[in-house]
Parts: sequence; structure tokens; C-alpha cells
Amino acid sequence: MKRDRITECNDWFLQRFPLTKLWNEHMAHYYAPKNFNFWYFFGSLALLVLVNQILTGIFLTMNYKPDAKLAFDSVEYIMRDVSWGWLIRYMHSTGSSAFFIVVYLHMFRGLMYGSYKHPRELIWIFGMLLFVALMAEAFMGYLLPWGQMSYWGAQVIISLFSAIPVIGDDLSLWLRGDYVVSDATLNRFFAFHVIAVPLALVLLVFLHIVALHEVGSNNPDGIEIKDSKDPWGHPVDGIPFHPYYTVKDLVGVGVFMLFFATVIFYMPEMGGYFLEHANFIPADPMKTPEHIAPVWYFTPFYAILRAIPDKFAGVIGMGGAIVVLFLLPWLDRSPVRSIRYRGGIYKKALALFVISFIALGYLGTQPATPTATLVARFFTAIYFGFFLLMPLYTRWEKTKPVPKRLTTTHSLEEQLGHLPELIEEITKIKAGSTEIGHAAFKSSFFAIRPNPNGIKNVISRVVKNVKGSLD
Amino acid sequence: MKNLTALLLLLSLSFGVVASEGVKLQEANNHLTDNASLQRGAKNFVTYCLGCHSIKYIRYLRIALDLDVDPKKVLKDIAPEGANIYDQMHSAMNAHDAEKWFGTQPPDLSLIARSRGADWLYSYLKSYYIDPKSPRGVNNLIFEDTAMPNPLWQLQGEQYAEHRKNIFGEEYTSLIMKEPGTLSEGEFEIFVNDLVNFLVYVGEPVQLERQRMGKYVIFFILMFLVLAYLLKKEYWKNIH
Repeated sequence: MKRDRITECNDWFLQRFPLTKLWNEHMAHYYAPKNFNFWYFFGSLALLVLVNQILTGIFLTMNYKPDAKLAFDSVEYIMRDVSWGWLIRYMHSTGSSAFFIVVYLHMFRGLMYGSYKHPRELIWIFGMLLFVALMAEAFMGYLLPWGQMSYWGAQVIISLFSAIPVIGDDLSLWLRGDYVVSDATLNRFFAFHVIAVPLALVLLVFLHIVALHEVGSNNPDGIEIKDSKDPWGHPVDGIPFHPYYTVKDLVGVGVFMLFFATVIFYMPEMGGYFLEHANFIPADPMKTPEHIAPVWYFTPFYAILRAIPDKFAGVIGMGGAIVVLFLLPWLDRSPVRSIRYRGGIYKKALALFVISFIALGYLGTQPATPTATLVARFFTAIYFGFFLLMPLYTRWEKTKPVPKRLTTTHSLEEQLGHLPELIEEITKIKAGSTEIGHAAFKSSFFAIRPNPNGIKNVISRVVKNVKGSLD
Repeated sequence: MKNLTALLLLLSLSFGVVASEGVKLQEANNHLTDNASLQRGAKNFVTYCLGCHSIKYIRYLRIALDLDVDPKKVLKDIAPEGANIYDQMHSAMNAHDAEKWFGTQPPDLSLIARSRGADWLYSYLKSYYIDPKSPRGVNNLIFEDTAMPNPLWQLQGEQYAEHRKNIFGEEYTSLIMKEPGTLSEGEFEIFVNDLVNFLVYVGEPVQLERQRMGKYVIFFILMFLVLAYLLKKEYWKNIH
């Protein structure tokens, strides 16, 4: 039988390019632990948002003008006169906030399950480099609309470099290309935002994934699935990434898009957090806004900067808050990875860290009153305490025995299955029926009343569980 | 316990912020679906505001399309004499004169509703009062020492400020109408509301369309989610 043309083309290609091999190595024969939970959606979602940012960014570039005189007008032109320009622009502006939400949750997953620990230190380093590149990308992108907050935010952040002794002033001049943020700054930020940093991001994502696939994924139990293999050499607790996690991640994508679309279509400004109100005023170098606040995703670090009294020390503190994250694999001396088998101290420390991060984020959006600064100092101390005391408390604390194989936990679907029982427990049916009223209102649904004893039991059980899980 | 203290500290902080903001804004009651209000607002804007303030990011044609008015009617009833339907809404006043007369150039108002908010605009336009100490003879409760004279004084009338104390001993200022204008209080509120409504529309002409569209997009994503979930369930049924 004659081989058809398509198969021939296919073979011609495969003899010259290892597509099948690549696909198998990274998708079809890449074994991932089968117990990934909710927290494992955010890696693939970060990739999705990156693609969204690049695609929408390309279309924005077609109508945007990187010129101090035209930039603001061109953004409004996109919002009003370009077909679907408003949608592309909102997808890009919402996407930048979504990127940070997803990445912060992705990093928190790493903190919970010890994904940065041996042998995954390099994955964490690449990830941290990605985070720094992402911050640079977001910071430079924020200047482009050339609104008041774009302008003054950039002015404040670049002037931080001038706090560095000896070379500071020259350095900030070199960064800006002018004595103040100006057209020269806008042009170079545009160049970095649309090509230099995105290239670095894509390269780092590639390295991040190659490094991950070399050592294999961590999991909520923090054990190596490669330690127990079946006779064919496949991990018994592993399943091929494709199709199992591709279809699972699709569900995550659906849920994410639901939130994403809700923001884009119903609250694109997100109450002034995603698009700041002051950024609807064109940049005016002669008029400083009363209150300069960076976009929400920078505010924790901004709050640390303001909390430290000396400007240079503040810059060191802000930089240190990021540098210390790089050191995490070596600060953590615990023999176990997952929070499930760590002692109570790490759990409480992590909880305090999350609280301090959110609190600093909030404080960074607020004016720096003396009380606010005092509170910010308190939380800055907790932030750094979490990392710098880690070599001590992770070594001291008593860990729990780690299982050899993955444990099964209740999935979200199974937990939702228990909802009717829970409702039954906290409610009671009112006895007796009245003769008056429409028949439809006499069904037992309308006789349901809250049951104080049941609610009390449920609350005490939840409290006991939370308390128990912190030990 | 530590967490609780932190929470309390944060809460007390946020209350402090609310208290320090000072004058409470009045709530605008504008509805973008109210076409008649938007048309009145557009007309009022051209009559009372466009003399000094441009709204250069919007074109007359856009207004005609969005408010469902015949373009010829827009040119006849809303736009000033001699305007073209494709024109952006520029002000006739030149920047040099403006600087000389007011000390500052009146800002373009295309995005004022997005930077200030509807309630601020509504309160601002209603809060002018006679102040002999001010160079323009008027001042504003919401925006002290504003460079803008009150363009609506004939309609609203003349208000005076009175400083009072409430039962808690906190000082506040209330505005007392001394000389009623050509509109009654209710009519003036509707007038300002229409104007604010129009400015909110001008801030983002597409906002009604995107809300209409959002329902379908979200419905589509929900369908996708259901299919994705069923697919996942099918693939995963043998994984325990």
C-alpha cells in the first residue's frame, strides 16, 4: 500500500527534529505525583497569564506611542477608537495584577510544601529570578500609560537608587537618561518592557521548567515519588503529566478565567487597586500628587522601605526583603519538606509571615502616618524574622514521621459531598404546621431553622481542628 | 493572640484614615442606562462647561451612536454651532487666555469621573458658597480655594457657609441658601446629576457595552468549565 503524503511529511520532519521525544519527556512520560492539590494549579496558570500578557501586549504595541507628548492620548485612543482596544487593554492591565496574584500563590505553595529544598534549589533560584524580572517588567510597564501615578511612581523608585553612596546620583541619572523622568525614560522603559525583559522572562520560564523536569515535581507530602517504582521503572505514585494534569489544569484554567473575566467586564479598576484613580490624570512633572502609592503588588516592599527611618537603609531593607527569599533553600534546616510533617513552630511562623506580608501590603497603600509607620516596623521585623531565625527554629522543632508513600487526602469534590450532612447538623426542622398560607410554603424547606447546638458543635470542632493542625 | 492584636491595630488604623478625610461626599444618583439623563447632561455640558473645559477624547459621533440619537440631531441640539460630527469635543478657549484669566488651564474633563468619581463631582458642583475673602468671591467645601468660579450660580442661587457643632462637639460646615436661583433645589439636583451622569459616560463610553457583553462571556466560560470538569472526571476515574 502506498504511504500517503501526510505520513511522508511527518516522517521527514521527525527524522530531523525530536518532537516525539520532547513531547514524551516533558508531557506524556513525565511522571508527576498523583496527589497535587489546589495549590498546584498556579504554575500552569502563571504560564497562561504570561501568554495572555505577550499576546495582548503585541496588539497594544500596534497603537501605543512611546512619546511623552502622545503616550497618554494613545492609551485613550486604544480605549475608545480602536476596535476591541478596550478589551485588549483591560486584559493586559488585569493580567498584570493576575500575574502577581498567581505568582504569590505559587510561591506560597513552595513555602508550604518545601518545594525549594534539596534537590530543587535551582528551580527556586530560577523562580526567584523570574519574580525579579516580573517586578522589573511590571514596574516599567506601569510608566507607559504616562499618567500621574505612572510618572511619580517611577520618579520615586528611580530616585531610590540615588541613595546608594558615591555612585547613586550618577546611577539614577544613567537609568533615567535625564535629570527627571522624561521622554528619554519613557522610550527606554518601552524598549525594556516590550522586548528585553519579556525575552528574559521566556528564557527563565524555559530554564525553570527544564530544571523541574530534571529532578521531578515535589508534592503536598514532600516525599520523592521516585523512591518507590514499579517493575517497569515508573514511580508507583506518579501519573503521566499528559493527559492527567493537562485535563486537570484545564479545570483550573476555567475557574481562573471566570474570575479574570468578571474583573475585566465588571470591575476593571478593581476599586483603584488594579488601575489607580490618579493614573487617569496625564503626567504633570510640575504637580506632585498628594499621596504616591505603587500598585498593590509592590506595596509590601514599599511599606518595608518606608518603615526604615534612613533612606539608604530603607533601600537595603527593601532589596534585602527580596534577596532573603533567594537564600531560602539554605536557611531552612528542617529534615522534612512538607508542612504536613513539620512541627508547630514552622506552621505558626508561616502563618505570621503571611499575616505580615498582607499587612505590609495594606500599609503600603496608605499614607505613612506615625502609627502606620510603627505598625509597619513591627511587621517588617516579623517578615525578616521569619527568614533570619529560620536556621534556628527549623533545626530545633520536632518533626513528625514522614510516610514512604503518598497519603490520600479528601479532595475538594469529596469535601463538597459532605455539605448536606453539615447543613443537616446546623439546622433543625420546626415542628408543627399552620393552616394558613399557600401550600407551596408548607414544604419542609420553609420550616428549616438554625440549630444553635449544632452550630456550636461545628464551630468547636473547626476550632479544635485548626488548633490541632497548628501543632 | 498576637494575630488578634495585629488585626485590631490594623482596624483602628483604617478607622483613622476614614475620619481624617474630612468632608463627607454626597451620593450621586446617576444611571448610565438613563438615556434621557445622558442627553440632558450632554446638552448641559456644552452650554455650561465646554466654554472652558474640553472633553477631547470623545467625538460627537460616538455620543450619537451610544445615546442612540440621530447624528443630525446631535449637531443641532447638543454640539455648538459649526461643529462637525467627527470632531472631538474641544473647547473654544485657548490655553494662553485661560492661563491669564484663571492662573491655570482648565483641565480636560474626559477622564475626570474616573480620577475623581461620580460622588465627588456631584458634591463639588453643589458645594460652592459665597466667600468674600477668596479672589473669585466664591469658595468650595469639597475643593478649597478652587480656581474655578461657580458656573452654575444663576441656576443654584447663592449659598453661604455656616460653621456649627454637632452633639459630639465636632465642628462641621453647612451651606445655607440665601438667594434662590432660577432652578428649585430638586431641579438643580437633577441638573447636576445629569451632568455627572454624562461625565461618567464620557470617562469610559464602552462601559455599558462591556457589562452587557460580560454576561455572555461568563456564561461561555461556565460551559467550558463544566466540560473541562467532566473531562477531568472521566480521565481520573481510575486514579486513586
